[in-house]
Amino acid sequence: MLKDVSFGQYYPVSSFVHRLDPRFKIVFLIAFIVAIFLAKEFLALGIAAALLLLAILFARIPAGKVLRSVRGVLFLVLFTAAINIFFHGGETVYWSYGILQVTKEGILFSAFLVIRLFLLVVCSSLLTYTTTPVSLTDGIESLLTPLKWVHFPVHELALIMSIALRFIPILMDETDRIIGAQKARGANLDSGSPAKRIRAIVPVLIPLLLSAFRRADELGDAMDARCYSGGKKRTKYKKLRFTWRDLIAFLLIAGLVAGIVVLRYFPVFPV
Amino acid sequence: MKAIEFRDVTFSYGEGAPAVNHLNFSAEEGEFVAVLGHNGSGKSTLARLADGLLTADGGEIRVFGNPVSEKTLSDIRKDVGIVFQNPDSQAVASLVEDDVAFGAENIGLPREEIGRRIGFALRAVGMEPYRTATISRLSGGQKQRVAIAGVLALKPRIMILDESTSMLDPRGRREIAEVVKRLHREEKITVLFITHFMEEALLADRAVVMNRGEIVMEGAPAEIFGRHEELLTYNLALPRIGVICKRLREGGIAAADTLGIEELAKEIAECVS
Repeated sequence: MLKDVSFGQYYPVSSFVHRLDPRFKIVFLIAFIVAIFLAKEFLALGIAAALLLLAILFARIPAGKVLRSVRGVLFLVLFTAAINIFFHGGETVYWSYGILQVTKEGILFSAFLVIRLFLLVVCSSLLTYTTTPVSLTDGIESLLTPLKWVHFPVHELALIMSIALRFIPILMDETDRIIGAQKARGANLDSGSPAKRIRAIVPVLIPLLLSAFRRADELGDAMDARCYSGGKKRTKYKKLRFTWRDLIAFLLIAGLVAGIVVLRYFPVFPV
Repeated sequence: MKAIEFRDVTFSYGEGAPAVNHLNFSAEEGEFVAVLGHNGSGKSTLARLADGLLTADGGEIRVFGNPVSEKTLSDIRKDVGIVFQNPDSQAVASLVEDDVAFGAENIGLPREEIGRRIGFALRAVGMEPYRTATISRLSGGQKQRVAIAGVLALKPRIMILDESTSMLDPRGRREIAEVVKRLHREEKITVLFITHFMEEALLADRAVVMNRGEIVMEGAPAEIFGRHEELLTYNLALPRIGVICKRLREGGIAAADTLGIEELAKEIAECVS
C-alpha cells in the first residue's frame, strides 16, 4: 500500500528531459509553479498543461506513473474542491441549503483549483522522475552556492537531502514489513475510530524509528570509512553543464511565463 | 611487511567486559585471513579499531607500520576499506556510479580519475553493466558488490569485510566470496574476512577464532576445522564439509580434514576404488 507514493522515485530512462541540467530543471519547476499561480483563466492553464504534457512525452514517463503521483494527493484535492464548491458563493445559484451554496462560479473556481493543483503535483513529480536525487541535490547545492558566502552549510544540507531521498524507498519497505509483522501478531491497523487507529500506529512507528537510527549509525560509519570529512577538499564526479537542451527548455518555459503574464492582464476568456 | 598489527589492544564499550581484551594480532601484506567468532566475540570491534572508527583504550594498532591515530586517520582510511554487514545502509547515493564515486570524491581526486576508478572498481566486482542502475532495485549480493566497488574506488591495500555476507542468501554469499577471492589474487589486496559462516573460512590462508575479545585459535582453516570439540566450546559449528569428513572417519574411511569439495570427492573416490 505504501508503494503507491512514488514521490522521490527516479524513473531511469534516457530522455531529453532527463538530460537537462538539474539546476535549470529546478528553476523551471519554480517558474512553472509561479506561472500556474499567475494564471487567471482556463486558457492559461491549458497552455501550461499542454507544455507539461509535451514534457512528459519527451521524458518518456509512462502515463500510469504520472497518474500514480496524482493519486497520492487525490483526497486533498477533492476535499479542497468540495469546500470551494459549497462555500465559494456567486451569482448563478444552482442549489442552496443553509450556508451551503452551489453556484456556477463555485464550480468553475473549483475546477480551476483542481487543475492547478494537479499541474503542480505532476510537474513536481516530473522533476523527481527525471532527475536522480543525487543530481537534484547537486542542482540545489549549486543553486545555493552563493549562500556559502555567509557560511551557510550548503554541501552538508545537500548531502542530508540526498541521503533522506535515498532512504525513502528503504524506509517504505521497512514500514511495510513492520506493519506486516504487527498484523501477524493481531494488530488492528485499518479499522476502529480515528483515535484508535492513531494509537495503533505507535507500535509501527517505534520499531521504524529505532531501525532508522540504527541505519543512520551504520551509514555514518560507512561514510567515515570512505574518507568522508565534510565538503572541504571534496571534488565532484558529475559536473553540471548548460547545453542546447537547456536552452530549448528555457525558451519554452520563458514563453510560457510570458504568455501567462500577458493573459493575466489581457484575458481572453476571463473566469 | 605487516599490513595490520594489533599490539596488546584493549577496547570496551562503556562499562562491562572489554570487547577486545589485550589482543595481539597481525596480518601480512597480501595475506587472506578469516576471522571467526560467534556474536559478541569482538570480531567487528577488531574491524572498527583497524579503521579508526573506534579508538583503542590501550595498546597500539599499526597499518603498514603507521600507528592509527587522529593525525594519520585520513591516510589510514585510504589504505583500509571496510565493507559492512547491511547491504541497505552503506550506500550514500541512489545510483551505482554515484555511490562508487563517493569515496573518490571525498579524497578530492580530479574528475577524470574518478571516472577511471569507477570503471575499474565496477569491472573488478563484475557490476559494470549496472553502472547507471538504481541501487535499491539490486539484489542483496549485487548491493554488496557495489559496496565493495565503493571501497575499491579508494584503491585500498587492505579490505576488511565485516560480516558482509551475513544478510545475504547463499547465492549472494557465493558472489561475494568469488569477488573477494579474485581481488585478493589479482589486485593483491590484503583481506580480513570476518564471518560466522565457517565455510567461508575455507577461502582464507589462515583463520583466527575469537572469543570474548581474545584470539583463542589460530592456524590454517583445515587445521582449525580439525579441532571440532574446541570449536564447539566457542559456539562455532563445523562447516558441513567438516561434518562429512568427521563422519567418514568415524565410519572407517581415512578422510583428512580437507579444504575443498573437489579434494574430498577425490579422496572418497580413491577410497572407494
